[in-house]
Amino acid sequence: MAARLVFLGRLEDIAGTGELAVSPGPLEQVLAALDPALAVELLGERVRMALNGALLGDAGAVVLADGDELAFLPPVSGG
Amino acid sequence: MAEVRLLGEAFSASEELAAFTAAHPEAGGLVSFLGQVRREEGPLAVEALELKHYAAMTLPGMEALAAATTARWPLDGLLIIHRYGVMHPGDPIVLVAAAARHRRDAFAAADFAMDHLKSQSWFWKREKTAKGWRWIEPRPDDHRDLARW
Repeated sequence: MAARLVFLGRLEDIAGTGELAVSPGPLEQVLAALDPALAVELLGERVRMALNGALLGDAGAVVLADGDELAFLPPVSGG
Repeated sequence: MAEVRLLGEAFSASEELAAFTAAHPEAGGLVSFLGQVRREEGPLAVEALELKHYAAMTLPGMEALAAATTARWPLDGLLIIHRYGVMHPGDPIVLVAAAARHRRDAFAAADFAMDHLKSQSWFWKREKTAKGWRWIEPRPDDHRDLARW
């Protein structure tokens, strides 16, 4: 089992993929294993995060468990 | 009472509107908004538009918006249809229709739902011009529109 990162909007282009399987663990540790250029974008001020479909207020304490899906959501533009 | 659909394929706005109208004979007023891909000329003309969604959040968010809209105005019916995927000039992107006993409730409800679909719903948009694909960021206007409510 693993956790999954999901990259939306322009983050998908930067990551080169829409989804990435990662080892579970604290978010800090998960991000440290990524390409630093991608990690910087994911931590951007305007990027929000959602864990298993629910928006996170404070992402600092996130620890990913097996099967968790963490989405990175840049500013939206619909309609 | 609200009907919310997230579609990956083209839809006919006129057929949807005809069905919605027929379903609400009790409504005295019906207001609709159709957003479509602009057809333009020139070097910066949009050749294609792509909307991405996130399955875990986009449709649930649209359903919550519909619930908030029907809770705020006395409506007989509300229809929200939003596309995702690749679209071309002339293709419908979004259709919102509100049916109410009185017209002001229908106008306000459709306006409210559109403002929130534009800047608060989980969609990401990119446009293709002669220069290639480019992600579209929200405009300051979109946030100003939200502040009206």
